[in-house]
Amino acid sequence: MKRIVLSSLLLLCLAATAGAQGGNTLLLNAAGATFPYPIYSKWFDVYHTQHPNIQINYQSIGSGGGIRQLQAGTVDFGASDGPMSDDQLAQSKFKILHFPTVLGAVVPTYNVPGVSGDLNFTQKALAGIYLGTITKWNDPEIANANKGMSLPNSDIVVVHRSDGSGTSYIFTDFLSKVSDDWKNKVGKGTSVNWPVGLGGKGNEGVTGLVKQTPGSIGYVELIYALSNNIPYGNVQNAAGKFLKADLAGVTAAAAGAAKDMPDDFRVSITNAPGATSYPISSFTWLLIPAQISDAGKRDAIKGFVKWMLAEGQSYNEGLSYAKLPKPVVAKEMKAISLIQ
Amino acid sequence: MEHAAPPEAGPRSFVARLRDGDQVAHIITLVFAASILLITSMLVYELWVNSHLSRAKFGLMFFWTRVWDPIFDNFGAAPFIYGTLVTSVVALAIAVPLGLAAAVFLAELAPRRLSDGIAFLIDLLAAVPSVIYGLLGIFVVVPLMRTVVGPVLIDTLGHVPVIGVLFKGPNYGVGFLTAGIVLAIMVVPFIISVSREVLLTVPREQREAALGLGATRWEATWKVVVPWARTGIMGSVFLALARALGETMAVTMVIGNDPKISASLFAPGYTIAAVIANEFTEATGDLYLSALIELGLVLFLITFILNGLARLLIMATERGGGHPS
Repeated sequence: MKRIVLSSLLLLCLAATAGAQGGNTLLLNAAGATFPYPIYSKWFDVYHTQHPNIQINYQSIGSGGGIRQLQAGTVDFGASDGPMSDDQLAQSKFKILHFPTVLGAVVPTYNVPGVSGDLNFTQKALAGIYLGTITKWNDPEIANANKGMSLPNSDIVVVHRSDGSGTSYIFTDFLSKVSDDWKNKVGKGTSVNWPVGLGGKGNEGVTGLVKQTPGSIGYVELIYALSNNIPYGNVQNAAGKFLKADLAGVTAAAAGAAKDMPDDFRVSITNAPGATSYPISSFTWLLIPAQISDAGKRDAIKGFVKWMLAEGQSYNEGLSYAKLPKPVVAKEMKAISLIQ
Repeated sequence: MEHAAPPEAGPRSFVARLRDGDQVAHIITLVFAASILLITSMLVYELWVNSHLSRAKFGLMFFWTRVWDPIFDNFGAAPFIYGTLVTSVVALAIAVPLGLAAAVFLAELAPRRLSDGIAFLIDLLAAVPSVIYGLLGIFVVVPLMRTVVGPVLIDTLGHVPVIGVLFKGPNYGVGFLTAGIVLAIMVVPFIISVSREVLLTVPREQREAALGLGATRWEATWKVVVPWARTGIMGSVFLALARALGETMAVTMVIGNDPKISASLFAPGYTIAAVIANEFTEATGDLYLSALIELGLVLFLITFILNGLARLLIMATERGGGHPS
């Protein structure tokens, strides 16, 4: 007991001295998306060591929470895996700018007894499976894209995320683009009314269910699949090619979409054109108020965004995030001046 | 207690009574007791006010609607209410007989030292975080349900008329039954621990009188000791029920998170606490958020009603002739 008291006193002293040293430290608060959290914390950490007077505190509470806290003014900037909708922007009391930071992708993972190689999934197959219209593994829509594989005549157990997540947003955004049925009946969002399937909590929950359930299919973030060595399948892109997701394919999708990039950067790059574009890819964004009255904070945020677009991008691939394509970086550099 | 001052001292000043400590203790305890009331009413008030949008739009239909669609803004609580009640009932159906029997053994039959040792372990179990039980569920209970327990139940109970519908259909390993079993494991320590304490407080004369009248050990236990302690035992059951109703993490990991109403206990379902935990952080639309908050209000209402029923049940059984506590 004595030891506990002593060590907590020690901790308090440490905290107090740290606080005293940081007298001139500018503290920025941010909150939002969980998907880019590993790279964000790396960036904020490196940026702090390079600029000791600026400390950014990021809470990965989810994109929805990030948007809400930004609108309520409790954080200096937010982060989101899906762009804010027109409604949300209209409801906001102040103007909010979007800045893409990194790219992510979603991959299908499955557990089919007797199948060891990578399965090819057509766009129709994925939509049909998740709509509940394709229910057997040997359905022609799947079998025709996987000639030479012996697919069992067993039921498909569909697994999706149960918690609201950017991963589900990207996946349902893709399904909405490739299937009118999906668009009209289900739609895209961080949580949707899934026509079929079991819900797993988090990437680990989905992976756990898929691993344990023979005949199941789920979807997880590319980063999660790569860092945990989870096998995943190929997805047909807009050009009709079957691609296995990798960082280059994701960047290619972003480059394919960059030509038509709107000035506010709110763009979906799922099913992007280009033979090498992986179709279930997405940007993730920082949400920054266009008007920041505190000059110190404004300069700090602008400085960070500039650094993130240049040096920051070099940390991406170490953590399995795809880099932003050059044209997007150039466009964002120009947009920094919009923060006033 | 302020009237307990000796009469020869006469009326004393407020300060004197303060110095005595009585008044201070009175005020402090009153404030603390009142704060419980305050917290509860604030909770209800917040839930009520913040669920305004959803209440205005859906009204009472919220309780019947079976759709939960955040994209097209159509929300109903029925599958979640159903899932919450079913998992809690399954949990209690398993945990009450198990817990009560264990408590009777520990209090009445086991040597005191063994009983105290086991009671210590049980209290330890009650303190295990729920995510640990969830992991236990995912890695142990779910595979067991899918490969062993489920198929056996489907082959046997599935063919029994009437209750057969509870044990039919595809078995994924996750679902109402799995969630109920994991919940039962979680709440059984509460039942054992509290019931054992209550059974131990039954006066020795009660047992001796029963034994003196020629009752066997079992008769004395079952017909005298347990009825004497039944208010406390029911208290333990309702404590367990409260935990089962509100449990979030362990349930969401094993229930399948599919908002559907199915007769089969093997089917995936969803509970109120689980959907709030899953969707609250990413809920963006105002109506969506409001509907989630209204779910919280519904959970509060369910707990309130069940607690009220519990009180009535205890009152009814006492009138039927228990001990006069």
